[in-house]
Amino acid sequence: MRRPADSGRRRALIGVIAAGGIVLATLVPAFGLPQYYVSLLTQTCIYGIAAMSLDLLVGFTGLVSFSHAAFFGTSAYITALLLTRYGVTSFWAALVLALFGAAALAALFGLLAFRGEGVSFIIITLALNEIIWGLAYQWVDMSGGDNGITGFQRPVIAGMHLTGTPAYYLFCLAALVVCAGLLVTIVRSPFGLVLRGIRERPRRMAALGYPVNRFRYAAYVIAAVFAGVAGVLFAYYNEFVGPVNLSLDTTVQILIMVILGGTGTLLGPLAGAGVVVFVSNALSNITQRWELILGAMYVVILLYARDGLVGIARRVWRAAGRRAPAAPTHPALARENPEAEP
Amino acid sequence: MATFYAQNVLGGLAYGSLLFLIAAGFTLIFGLMRIVNIAQTAFFLIGVYVGLMLLNHGVPFWVAVPIAGAAVAVLGLLIYRVLHPYHADELTSLLLTIGFTLMLEDAALAVWGGDPQSVPPPPALAFSVQLGTLVFPSYWLAMIGISLLIAAALFFVERRTTLGAVIRAGVDDEEMIRGLGIDVDRAFFIVFAIGAFLAGAGGLLGGPITGAYPGLDGELLPLAFAVIIIGGIGSLEGAYIGSLLIGLVGTFGKALFPQLSYFTIFVPVAAIMALRPQGLLGKKR
Amino acid sequence: MARVMRYVVTAAVVAVLAMGTGPAARGLAAGATPLKIGLLAPTTGVAAAPGHDMINGWKLWWAQHSTTVAGTAIDTTYYDTGSNPNQALTQARRAVEQDHVNLLIGPYLANEGLAVAPYAEEHQVPLFLPTVSADDLTQRKASQYVIKVAGWSSSQTTHPAGGWAYDKGYRKTVTIGDEYAFAYESVGGFAQTFTEKGGKVTKQLWVPLGTTDFSPYLSQVTAEHPDVVFVCVVGADAVHFLQQWTSFGLKAKVPLLVQETVTDQSSIRTLPPEDVVGIIAFSHYAEGRDDPATQRFIANYANAYHALPSYMAAGFFTAAEWIQLALEQVHGDVADQQAFLNAVRTVSVPDSPFGPQRLDPYGAPVENVYVRQVQRTPARYAGDAKTWNVVLKTYPGVSQFWTYNPAQYLKQPVYSNTFQGIAK
Repeated sequence: MRRPADSGRRRALIGVIAAGGIVLATLVPAFGLPQYYVSLLTQTCIYGIAAMSLDLLVGFTGLVSFSHAAFFGTSAYITALLLTRYGVTSFWAALVLALFGAAALAALFGLLAFRGEGVSFIIITLALNEIIWGLAYQWVDMSGGDNGITGFQRPVIAGMHLTGTPAYYLFCLAALVVCAGLLVTIVRSPFGLVLRGIRERPRRMAALGYPVNRFRYAAYVIAAVFAGVAGVLFAYYNEFVGPVNLSLDTTVQILIMVILGGTGTLLGPLAGAGVVVFVSNALSNITQRWELILGAMYVVILLYARDGLVGIARRVWRAAGRRAPAAPTHPALARENPEAEP
Repeated sequence: MATFYAQNVLGGLAYGSLLFLIAAGFTLIFGLMRIVNIAQTAFFLIGVYVGLMLLNHGVPFWVAVPIAGAAVAVLGLLIYRVLHPYHADELTSLLLTIGFTLMLEDAALAVWGGDPQSVPPPPALAFSVQLGTLVFPSYWLAMIGISLLIAAALFFVERRTTLGAVIRAGVDDEEMIRGLGIDVDRAFFIVFAIGAFLAGAGGLLGGPITGAYPGLDGELLPLAFAVIIIGGIGSLEGAYIGSLLIGLVGTFGKALFPQLSYFTIFVPVAAIMALRPQGLLGKKR
Repeated sequence: MARVMRYVVTAAVVAVLAMGTGPAARGLAAGATPLKIGLLAPTTGVAAAPGHDMINGWKLWWAQHSTTVAGTAIDTTYYDTGSNPNQALTQARRAVEQDHVNLLIGPYLANEGLAVAPYAEEHQVPLFLPTVSADDLTQRKASQYVIKVAGWSSSQTTHPAGGWAYDKGYRKTVTIGDEYAFAYESVGGFAQTFTEKGGKVTKQLWVPLGTTDFSPYLSQVTAEHPDVVFVCVVGADAVHFLQQWTSFGLKAKVPLLVQETVTDQSSIRTLPPEDVVGIIAFSHYAEGRDDPATQRFIANYANAYHALPSYMAAGFFTAAEWIQLALEQVHGDVADQQAFLNAVRTVSVPDSPFGPQRLDPYGAPVENVYVRQVQRTPARYAGDAKTWNVVLKTYPGVSQFWTYNPAQYLKQPVYSNTFQGIAK
């Protein structure tokens, strides 16, 4: 039986580590690394937000969504279009409109996606992703097609020019911290606990009177909004948006970050994002066959390290004699799961 | 005007017939094993390349087709050996097939290079037929017939053989079938191999229409999904009708609304998703 | 067993990360300031074949000439753009920010080029474009850093086509183009000059990139009964188009004129001669051009690679020559970027595989445009390629503005699917 002091101490430890991590991350630009690495860290922050938001669906709600890049990319496109075609200059205006667009798209997709469960959901979200991609690729008048949209600059916020690599990195880091904080709050909230219950025992939750599909729908839209945040950050980072940014390839890439990091952990997918960004860049430096190696790595990880990096960390932690806590779950299911924290 | 319609109807049917060869394997594998085989179009791609290699070495077209199919079936079996323990876990098996797809795509690039290549049709069908004012390549017409024959053969197997019975039963209730002592595992291997064979043979059969190039599999995959959603997961007849439908809609879409042609393919898909999620001929789950 | 595998996997991931950041990735250690060149080429993806040609052409020049020019070592690092503008941009970033290259050369696709160009300008890194032909990069969006060394512009080769077609007696045309900037510009060049002479463009078909089935579009062509059809498609699309142009009976019935990418070596290499022989293209390059510089180049290329070179190979080969000449002009001093760029702009190549080339003030080449035709290769090259392009007519010294006054020309917008320069 765990004593309350243990979990209090563990929480404090995690808090200290997190704070330390944030401070360290903030100081990275001062380390004198080539700008290129700071640039990769920026990508890690951006994709980290996207991956964490997908984890909200996959790891916490049990929804394997193959449409995530649709929201990431649509938000990026909206940002780019507003800046180049509609003369919007304010970052905040672009952000609000892009997030609204992502949410609206998710609301629309959700009407179709939740007509099926399990694999049907996967197939439908995949098809929806392809529809959006097809529009971006072919509706050239709107999206520029394969040429993409370019010709806009990084924002100026509160008088600060974010054009330089370190400046934009710090901005994305701040966004990551804010989004992570919000996501952690969501998963620990009563709403989050309901989602977890739905992931574990959907029929039970339905029997208890929860409108399961409505909660799923809500989670789907919320996740899309966070993916939208990542999309806006990405557009400014890349200064170029193209169909590939909402393609199935990108959806799969984000999903792999989640799986690699460990589903249902939020931190795991963030680490997963870092690994994927750095490894794919490092590999392509060494060999032309980097995609083959990456594919092989994914297969190996799926076979032998299914719960991802966090799972590996937990096993190491346990091997060292400590007990890792189980994830919290909905009170109604807690009785079946004595290790869980209510 | 009549030429316009005739050409597009025939073109659509030909393309749809090609899609069936992919969709059939896809739906068989999913129907029995609940595995979403993302690598199905990659199997098709390997089939075109292997077939082309055989043709370049002088193997006659109709001999090369089953050989290409067999080669891909062997590849499929190797892959399935890794997948089999996870066949009950839909997500893991799907993710594994994604990993294999990435590997297969790059391996194909490494082995056969990146130049787009054309696949010659068999010499007997290298001519074009004249139908009134319409000129149409005879191989495309043959494609329609070939696909129909394969569809018929598959229906026969499904309806009239023990394997087919197991497949149909397995789709409904795996545990029950095991309980009856039928070797379901072997059926799984066989069906995956058949699915891979169809894609591989289909690759060479479709090659004269699609050509061989990196990225072909990525372009076909969403169409395969569109077919499955419309036709219904697990239904061979649905796959056949869905394929022809998608072929026709796609072709007319391109002719009439080029910038939205992709969208026009997916509008019926979205409609089916909304109104009849199990597809036209699928079973309600 | 499973646990061991997990540790192995983690160790492997860490090792790969470490390798990626180690010395191998950092490039040449500093000596006398070398000229570090980042060569962006797609070696994977849809445009992998052109990418390999680009690298082959580049390497061929340096195999024949020392990589130390006027005391300065030339150090090339190759980056795979993946036929994808996103990746091209990431690679450009890596080249500039991690590997500190002095200049970028490449990439291939128009959209890759359009993604990299603003980045290069922002970071003040010269970007040489032997293969990216997007018109605007040396027109309304011209910059001192972006130079089409040994390159071309999309509409440069097609402007002459309009007049040529009209003089042949054609009056009505239907155009087919891939739905993106390169094709808009190529078709636009033809459409403008053809209609200015009095011809009519009755229909314009834009096909999505990646089209494998052209039959819906070909059905519309036959319905219009044009005198001539003008086409601009690329890569795999070119291969499919040519096959189906024959098999749907149009090759026998309707004259065809194309932009050079359609009958480029990289496309016709893999097609049976019957599908391509006789097709006329407008280009800045022809492998069969009867000229010592061209023939020497293709003979060497055939020797080295057992294939005939495409324009991408010729472009990178000639760009290498260009860089060598510029370096010699500044006596190997790469520290003064402005002087080097000025040298690049003032180099002229009296005879390259393309013919004579020099740059105009906007950074685009002034060069020959050829009316060329696909024919079977002569016996000496029959083992390397089945068909090649032979020159029918030469328009010497064509600029990106054709015969228009540059200031006037720049007042019209860049060609797009809404503006094709069609004279009313």
